[in-house]
Amino acid sequence: MDPKLLRYIIEWSVKIFLIFGMLMTVIAYLTWLERRLLAWIQMRQGPNRVGPAGLLQPLADGIKFIFKEDITPLDADKFLYTLAPVASLVPALMAFVMIPFGGAINIPGIGEIQMHITRVNVAVLVILGMTGMGVYGIVLAGYASNNKYSLMGGLRSSAQLVSYELAMAMSIIGAILQAGSLDLVTIVNNQSGWFGMQWHVFMFQPLGFLIFLISMVAETNRVPFDLPEAETELVAGFHTEYSSMKFAMFFMAEYANMITASAMATLLFLGGWQGPFVDQFPLLGPVYFSAKIFFFLFLYIWLRGTLPRFRYDQLMDFGWKCLLPLALFNIVLTATLSLFF
Amino acid sequence: MSLFPQILFCLFAGIVAGGAISVILQKNPLYGAFSLILSFLGLSAIYIMLGAHFLGVIQIVVYAGAIMVLFVFVIMLLNVRREATHIDHHAYLKPVASILGLILLAQLVFVVARVAIPQSPTVSPGVGTVETIGKELLTTYLLPFEATSVLILMAIIGSMHLAKREKE
Repeated sequence: MDPKLLRYIIEWSVKIFLIFGMLMTVIAYLTWLERRLLAWIQMRQGPNRVGPAGLLQPLADGIKFIFKEDITPLDADKFLYTLAPVASLVPALMAFVMIPFGGAINIPGIGEIQMHITRVNVAVLVILGMTGMGVYGIVLAGYASNNKYSLMGGLRSSAQLVSYELAMAMSIIGAILQAGSLDLVTIVNNQSGWFGMQWHVFMFQPLGFLIFLISMVAETNRVPFDLPEAETELVAGFHTEYSSMKFAMFFMAEYANMITASAMATLLFLGGWQGPFVDQFPLLGPVYFSAKIFFFLFLYIWLRGTLPRFRYDQLMDFGWKCLLPLALFNIVLTATLSLFF
Repeated sequence: MSLFPQILFCLFAGIVAGGAISVILQKNPLYGAFSLILSFLGLSAIYIMLGAHFLGVIQIVVYAGAIMVLFVFVIMLLNVRREATHIDHHAYLKPVASILGLILLAQLVFVVARVAIPQSPTVSPGVGTVETIGKELLTTYLLPFEATSVLILMAIIGSMHLAKREKE
């Protein structure tokens, strides 16, 4: 085989395994972080028994999930019921193919390594598309469980995701206009001025950033927009009937989506891996990138600890009558500003 | 390596055709909707293989991602479990349909056999990118583009008028 091709195949495989492993670890420890932080916000202890400071808790939870009985309700649509968790997890993981973690790094003996799996010139759209596909997992779960609470959760979810996806896509357009590209690497490089601090959030996109932030919380079904699984009304919404690893897969999909959304917010508005001295030391890039993603993940948990849930009609009114017009206004504003600057 | 794209094309074309056939064969409307999504995904993969990245992704975002969600939403809202299966009192239509279908098939075979299929023209790189499509839409095809926009606007206003409740 052609050695260049072989090199590509090895490089891709290594990157894919690395990113997948990293992602799974982050997802596992995000559950620990969330429980500890929530406990801290609510002035209790949280899981602190398994390992030092409860650090082995995710491992214990994983083992528990594997050994729990896998129940399929008698009247459920068996095929769709099994397909749903997969349909929810796969698109969530696929989005990471497009996300760049840093600039190119020169490793002695190997050569230049790009810090992303693949680069296409419509990366932003691909990630949006994958987010859009994720809703089917939830809808399928709601339908296949043959349970009215699940069905309600699935219905709410589809309506909510369609509504907020619109506002989210519209809020991104401002940043895309400024960078003049749909390619994530170009968008990040556009924010490299001012000592690596010329981020879109400062340069004319504060409104777009705010809209994106709100709609990304809604897109990932998190508090205060977690209507699809509102415990007080719907037991647990779309995943009421699920147990064992199938339930865990929904959980993993939710956390993977949170990380994707945080990464998107970072890349589009907070300069991705850009920061002071990143040109001199390219290895700082992934560090800055992870730190910024962590900020958003913390924000997610913080919101969950402090805000109550929306009512359903409030959610719809807010999305359509407030966020969408604001996002449209932001597009006009950015287009006008970019004529002068 | 030239075999590899061909294998991929056959795979995706199979998904498109299989999904489309499955849409009509499924008794459960929800299964039909998901077959259609599968078909759209295959179609998008074919677009991307032809170098039309933008079109391929838009196919996913708009059709598979947004429009089909609304389809599924309505099917679930109405909670249609099974198709009503009493259509067989139009049994006399079956031979008519078969004959018409056979004629159509014969025509297709005739045309495909007679016409020499041209070699696909070499597409210059960058034809399917966002930049090219955007430029073309706002220069060469400006009038059709604006006309379509007006059409969509009319549809939106019309649907809002129809859906609006009368004030008591």
